[in-house]
Amino acid sequence: MENERLKIKIDNLNFYYGDTQALFNIKLEIPEKKVTAFIGPSGCGKSTFIRTFNRMNDIIPGTRIEGIITIDGEDIYHNSLDVVNLRKKVGMIFQKSNPFPKSIFENIAYGPKIHGLKDKNKLTTIVEDCLRKAALWDEVKDRLEQNALGLSGGQQQRLCIARALAIEPEIILMDEPASALDPKSTSKIEDLISELRENYTIVIVTHNMQQAARVSDYTAFFYEGVLIETDETSQIFTKPKLKQTEDYITGKFG
Amino acid sequence: MKNNNGKDTFIYWVMRIITYSIVIIIAYILIDIIIKGLPAINIEFLTESPRKSGAEGGIFPVILGTLYLVTLTILIALPLGMFSAIYLTEYAKQNKITKILRLAIVTLAGVPSIVFGLFGLGLFVIFLGFGASILSGSITLALMILPTIIVSSEEALKAVPQYMREGSLALGATKWQTIQKNVLPSAMPGMLTGAILGVGRAAGETAPILLTAAAFFLPSLPSSVFDQVMALPYHLFILSTQVPEPQKIMHMQYGTALVLITLVLGLNLIAIIIRIRIRKKYNW
Repeated sequence: MENERLKIKIDNLNFYYGDTQALFNIKLEIPEKKVTAFIGPSGCGKSTFIRTFNRMNDIIPGTRIEGIITIDGEDIYHNSLDVVNLRKKVGMIFQKSNPFPKSIFENIAYGPKIHGLKDKNKLTTIVEDCLRKAALWDEVKDRLEQNALGLSGGQQQRLCIARALAIEPEIILMDEPASALDPKSTSKIEDLISELRENYTIVIVTHNMQQAARVSDYTAFFYEGVLIETDETSQIFTKPKLKQTEDYITGKFG
Repeated sequence: MKNNNGKDTFIYWVMRIITYSIVIIIAYILIDIIIKGLPAINIEFLTESPRKSGAEGGIFPVILGTLYLVTLTILIALPLGMFSAIYLTEYAKQNKITKILRLAIVTLAGVPSIVFGLFGLGLFVIFLGFGASILSGSITLALMILPTIIVSSEEALKAVPQYMREGSLALGATKWQTIQKNVLPSAMPGMLTGAILGVGRAAGETAPILLTAAAFFLPSLPSSVFDQVMALPYHLFILSTQVPEPQKIMHMQYGTALVLITLVLGLNLIAIIIRIRIRKKYNW
């Protein structure tokens, strides 16, 4: 990782749902302005892991975390940390697109508004800007006042990306963002990721190994809560060091 | 096999007949009241005060009294019920204490209405000194319908999918912002429906207001929440039992019953319309 700035550092992370341990002693470094993909079979803990970066697991009762996660050197589980500020810095896209039952405009303006922006002109600028960045502007510019739930699944997911961009995050977490979409919508999301990598640190969880190979710079392979192997994506997919990784990416199990 | 099929058909018909019978009973009551009550309904009946203990004249102050009670009841019960439901679903840890709270609320729903009346009499009328008044009656009715509102509000909140909350929280919204701007608007139709159904019940209750608010007869209209009122269910009770020769003023009784039923069904209808309209707007 020469010439790369470290963005997220995970050290000795253990995670528990009640008495069940979901993540075991994970160590990982995620570089800035790169795409890092988490792959692995269902239930391997990759979604749980990505949700620790914006403390989304906090809202699940009975969960417990051990170890240290720092973003830009700051311990995000420290008592003095404001979760609201953390989540402003770390945006998230969910597996199931979840636009609010409001207009397209209000969906994008939601984040800036709750953070205190009232100026209508500025909001309009942000909405247009974010929709352009999410490659959705041309499709919706004439119907910003319409309910976002009228959009197609792929459009809804890009709307959610635009909505996340509106709070000006530095990191974007994507939890299987294309798993519910058709191939065409999926390729649009992937194109979008390629553009966003210029300015954002992106972490993506995916079931789809071709997708990881296409969009990511680094790949981490998880199995049963353990980080098995991590490397540059080209390495992982051509010359994995471990047999287990090779078996998974060649489709022998999973 | 043939025997089993026969059994099946038999049970099918038993269930079908029972279900239809219920509809027939309701239809009979409604039609009976409409046929006997409609002749009593005219301008005089709806706009004038009762004379001779209600044997003559109209029921205007009685209708007004019930509307006052119902309005104040919903103003008290809706916010209390909503905030309790928000606490129970969004904030309370799902532990033993919350279970006990829920059990208490459900139990409250099963308390007979006359007991609420006695409680209201003791606490609001006498101890707090509100007297027999719109205020005492409305608080008593509000307490009575609170469980209905809490339970239906909880259902409405639970129906809002978790990913909506996560979407808002992930944008850096606080919990209260998420509830206020995202969860509540989506849950509102369900909450309002529950509230209006509860109020429909409150409008028809006699026992709680008998002891806390209702007057046999009042010469003038109430001018503040500390005044007593006449109310439809209690007036109906008077017309049926407390006047000499009640059988001679059947039309007045049925007229009053018709107005009361129209009011309650009207409230239910409003609840249904609100639900349909808001649900269209917030469809996920």
